[in-house]
Amino acid sequence: MKRATLGKLPGILALAAAGGARRASASGWDLINMPRGVTNVSTRIYALHMMAFWVCVGIAVVVFGVMIWSLIFHRRSRGAVPDVTMTHSTKVEIVWTIVPVVILVSMALPAARLLVRINNNTDPQLSIRVTGFQWGWYYHYVGTHVSFVSKLSASSNAARQLDSGISPTSVPHYLLSVDHKLVVPVGEKIRLLITSVDVIHSWWVPDLGVKKAAIPGFINQASFTIAPNKPGVYRGQCAELCGRDHAFMPIVVRAVSPAQFAAWIAQRSARQTEAVTGPAAAGATRT
Amino acid sequence: MAESHLSAAHAEHDHKPYGWRRWVFATNHKDIGTMYLILSGIMFFIGGSAAMVIRAQLFKSGMELVDPAVFNSLTTMHGLIMIFGAIMPAWVGLANWMIPMQIGAPDMALPRLNNLSFWILPFAFTLMLASFFVPGSAIAGGWTMYPPLMQQFGDSFPMMIFAIHLMGISSILGAINIIVTIMNLRAPGMSLLRMPLFVWTWLITAYLLIAVMPVLAGAMTMQLTDHFFGTSFFNAAGGGDPVLFLHVFWFFGHPEVYILILPAFGIISEIIPSFARKPLFGYEAMVYATASIAFLSFIVWGHHMFTVGMPVAAQLFFMLSTMLIAVPTGVKVFNWVATMWRGSMSFEPPMLFAIAFVFLFTVGGLSGLMLSLVPSDYQYHGTYFVVAHFHYVLVPGAVFAIFAGIYYWLPKWSGHMYDMRLAKWHFWLSVIFVNVLFFPMHFLGLAGMPRRIADYAPQFTDWNMVASIGGFVFGASQLLLPYIVWKCVRSGKPVEANSPWDGARGLEWELPSPAPYHSWEFPPTEAVLAHADKH
Ligand code: HEM
Ligand SMILES: [Cu+2]
Ligand SMILES: [Cu+2]
Repeated sequence: MKRATLGKLPGILALAAAGGARRASASGWDLINMPRGVTNVSTRIYALHMMAFWVCVGIAVVVFGVMIWSLIFHRRSRGAVPDVTMTHSTKVEIVWTIVPVVILVSMALPAARLLVRINNNTDPQLSIRVTGFQWGWYYHYVGTHVSFVSKLSASSNAARQLDSGISPTSVPHYLLSVDHKLVVPVGEKIRLLITSVDVIHSWWVPDLGVKKAAIPGFINQASFTIAPNKPGVYRGQCAELCGRDHAFMPIVVRAVSPAQFAAWIAQRSARQTEAVTGPAAAGATRT
Repeated sequence: MAESHLSAAHAEHDHKPYGWRRWVFATNHKDIGTMYLILSGIMFFIGGSAAMVIRAQLFKSGMELVDPAVFNSLTTMHGLIMIFGAIMPAWVGLANWMIPMQIGAPDMALPRLNNLSFWILPFAFTLMLASFFVPGSAIAGGWTMYPPLMQQFGDSFPMMIFAIHLMGISSILGAINIIVTIMNLRAPGMSLLRMPLFVWTWLITAYLLIAVMPVLAGAMTMQLTDHFFGTSFFNAAGGGDPVLFLHVFWFFGHPEVYILILPAFGIISEIIPSFARKPLFGYEAMVYATASIAFLSFIVWGHHMFTVGMPVAAQLFFMLSTMLIAVPTGVKVFNWVATMWRGSMSFEPPMLFAIAFVFLFTVGGLSGLMLSLVPSDYQYHGTYFVVAHFHYVLVPGAVFAIFAGIYYWLPKWSGHMYDMRLAKWHFWLSVIFVNVLFFPMHFLGLAGMPRRIADYAPQFTDWNMVASIGGFVFGASQLLLPYIVWKCVRSGKPVEANSPWDGARGLEWELPSPAPYHSWEFPPTEAVLAHADKH
């Protein structure tokens, strides 16, 4: 409870700063901070983000505090007399160079440690090839025949046509739902091998703490392990402008128990003949 | 104020051409500066109109206004127009007006080159804006123009590249002129470390321009030959590498963002002492901080590419170098605050904009610091959080500094005072609604809204509505500026003294108002220099 309130503080502070001290009512107003996510990495990123945020708040309080003090008391209308001898002070200038360096180093250390940890893509239990195309994703479970194209769901696609007349709120998960979800097991280290067949895309699911560019001709790696107690559906979007329908190529991941996953893979393998479809197939085999 | 050292006879030397020739054949730094500023204003409102359509489209979830392809063209052109059309020409315009006056020179060193560098621009911008009307409309790959996406656009693709080449040539010529002027035309006795900070920051900016505009031109030319002449610099199928473009582009791109902000640092460093009635704190530190920022800006470009898959060591390097830039940036902010400290401040429009600059630029700097931490950037990158960051440094940053400069020097340029009350309205509307516009973008980005999308999931509607309302009011309030300037020039109360600001120091305030056509026909004497320095 206490933690949750703390997490909302940046937004609340910011609200006050923006002059609108309104209380959160509808759900949209609550969306002011990064999700904690469901992987070890995403939670650590969240912690780093909050640490950096509070350091910034601290710096802002000190700098703005001095400034506001000065704006109130050192004004001509109060009869303030300028101290024209105050032109520099080597001592003060050294202090305000060294202190920021110390603060920065203390932020850089945990960031560097986490960075190294995130970029460790060795020893995965499952590898999935992710191929971006204009405009959707093609997934292939390495070592199986299971592969499929994942595109914006039909209901969202109908509603997103210009002047469709369909209200976005009437569509479940408008723009964040797909026809075929990426299914993964919880508790296992999953490595994504990410590429593209046309332009640069970027595969991003905030709750997994993964964002990686999909670049034609190159294979990028990213990995994640979803906490065993966090099965569920996690939604994300392409994060690199990739043309007209960039807004319409979401990513949906369904995390299930390893047993359910094994059953799903077996069932998909059985009907693998219909699996490979769509424009991505040709390019994807090239990688 | 000091008695004028310039006789009325000075004014008789004004043998300027009249009518259209005065402008087309302009060689006078003030006329050219005026043209730059007017052009910048026009582009500011064109780029602003694009932003209004963008904010209208994003007012709520659902596709109701423009096709996504048009939306992408609008965001792309908004960025390019504001950077190359609005902010950069405004800085060159201010440099033209102020540098000769501030260093005690009669004009810029290379007046004909000056004419050329200005007159290239209307052609460049015409080409750029005309690309909206060719089949397939304007390019729509973002202002960063990444291949291979950029290769997919029609005739607008070469048009934009040629426009960029023209703008690059103009910038380089302008930069050469500024460097030559500063190096050669300073009044006797004006040593480098006696120059006003606007001159200093522009000198460093000019070097940055010369260093990186050719890099941009090269990158764009490589895209051009990839498209039309079968090369494969960035084409993976031919053995090329799209990521190479990102490296080259951001090697230009990061110094470019400092090209947009360093002159702002200069202006703010002059306005705060004037209205705090106290010398700038740590003048030399400011100069060295500017120089180190300029140097560091060449080795941080990778922070725009943390998610493209660079080696860990490279990511680490770019994280540390980026964090390092925060140190000299911090020194600047501390120096401004120390200048206000124990001053005797008054709050005329230039000072109001300068104070808002220090507050809100710092907000942008702090979000920059958050962005520099690579793991966090994995979540921030490509979202509205980045949009919030760079709009904080560019709008209440660079743009407010331009406004501050205009309100500071307009009485000197025109010889008239503007309507203070209206200018304060302009300030308060701007400063309030710029925050209503951009602050919620931090929330949207953190909550997971990608940037450059034409439509979004319904849960993002609330904060987008706030941002759009802020955008509309902010946009509308900007119409006050041209009205205030026009009214000032036409019918403002004449300024009798050399300076309307009792605390202002600097050579420009030793000249009569309006400033004579050939600013310093005779170099200022040491006595004048000393008076200009004194606080
Ligand atoms: C303390 C100083 C600063 C730091 C540490 C910093 C850091 C960063 C970082 C890490 C990014 C990349 C974010 C991403 O795409 O994931 C970024 C983007 C950006 N910054 Fe800054 N920044 C600073 C100051 C500035 C200034 C002074 C300007 C311009 C006046 C500026 C303009 C931009 C722009 C335009 C972008 C986005 C470019 C794009 O992707 O379209 N920044 N900054
Ligand atoms: Cu995309
Ligand atoms: Cu940068």
